[in-house]
Amino acid sequence: MAYDEGLKSELQKSGIFVLPFEQLYNWGRKNSIWPLQFGLACCAIEMIASAASRYDLARFGAEVFRATPRQADLMIVAGTVTKKMLPQVVRLFNQMPEPKYVIAMGACAISGGPFKDGYNVLKGVDRFIPVDVHIPGCPPRPEALIHAIMTLQRKIAGQTLGQDQRWYEKSATTEFPIPAFGAHDLEPPANREVWQPPRNYTDVTIAEVLKK
Amino acid sequence: MIEQLRETIAQAVPGVTLEIIQSTPAAQQPALLVDRDHAFATAKFLKENQQLDFCSCVTGVDYPKLGQIEVVYHLYSVAKKTGPVVLKVRAPRELEQCRVPSLTPLWRGCEFQEREAYDLFGVKFDGHPDLRRILMWDEFTDHPMRKDYVPPKDYEWEPTPHDDTLTRAVEVAGIIPPSAREELEKAKKK
Repeated sequence: MAYDEGLKSELQKSGIFVLPFEQLYNWGRKNSIWPLQFGLACCAIEMIASAASRYDLARFGAEVFRATPRQADLMIVAGTVTKKMLPQVVRLFNQMPEPKYVIAMGACAISGGPFKDGYNVLKGVDRFIPVDVHIPGCPPRPEALIHAIMTLQRKIAGQTLGQDQRWYEKSATTEFPIPAFGAHDLEPPANREVWQPPRNYTDVTIAEVLKK
Repeated sequence: MIEQLRETIAQAVPGVTLEIIQSTPAAQQPALLVDRDHAFATAKFLKENQQLDFCSCVTGVDYPKLGQIEVVYHLYSVAKKTGPVVLKVRAPRELEQCRVPSLTPLWRGCEFQEREAYDLFGVKFDGHPDLRRILMWDEFTDHPMRKDYVPPKDYEWEPTPHDDTLTRAVEVAGIIPPSAREELEKAKKK
């Protein structure tokens, strides 16, 4: 973006604001995030606290929790995602209009958390949908959620229009495949286009662990 | 007291086999083990004559060494303010023969809990009005609370700061991380 900072400053003194359209557009977008209203477990309580008067998410323009995915542009995955619940989560995400964002809130949503070795718990929602901000914590405090919203706002502010965004590509699909209920596990157990297992996962041996 | 109850049942339900199972000292709750064929009649007697009008808990226990699965009922009497009477029924572990009579016709509250026991232990309840899975999805074929259940391998094993503790756990208690289990078995064979 080529514009004269000095000129901009001069004009500002006489009450004229000059800025790229993109900045104005993103300023509007980032200060009016509408989260989808749903909670899966105890993290939802912290999310509710964030939206209530004490922590007041309204200060960051994200207080309009919508009860329908059609009107929401942020999905806060607040809580443990069980394998039985996951298809519904992906379906809701598919129904949200672009541009849309995901915050994975809490240890469970980012990795399975304390239930990581449970047969019925998904080990991180990022295995199926693209996550923009991960918040650690069990549960994260409202401040942490607010920090995540601010991080997301920074991300939105830095986005360009019409070029490198997923939803502007002609070939882009907004449909993320919904896994089916299999005989032993979800099928497929992860969306490989969204998520790859950590590179060294298969390389770690018990000998290595025992050596440490 | 449980001996007394046992005598009463033995008189009321002809042909019943009853066994008193002493539990660990902490719980201090001896249980009545009833044979499968007379379980329903016994339960009916307990409900109607002993005023045990509330079934608070139904669960399963897997005993792979005995080759049996046990279904445990905790019965209370709200009318008499007594309880619990712990009623146990055992069935073979094999899925086909793992059947016990359902007590849902007697205590309506058993319905969901028997469904849960069916879901997680694979116990079929004869006479249950709606025996479906309740926690896992319908397409699921395993019974996860059985001791021989192998969970899907979607767990990422990563070196962590508390590996020393885990190492000790492997040495002392024989706890093995799921992802390393196969490997360890291979090593054992060698």
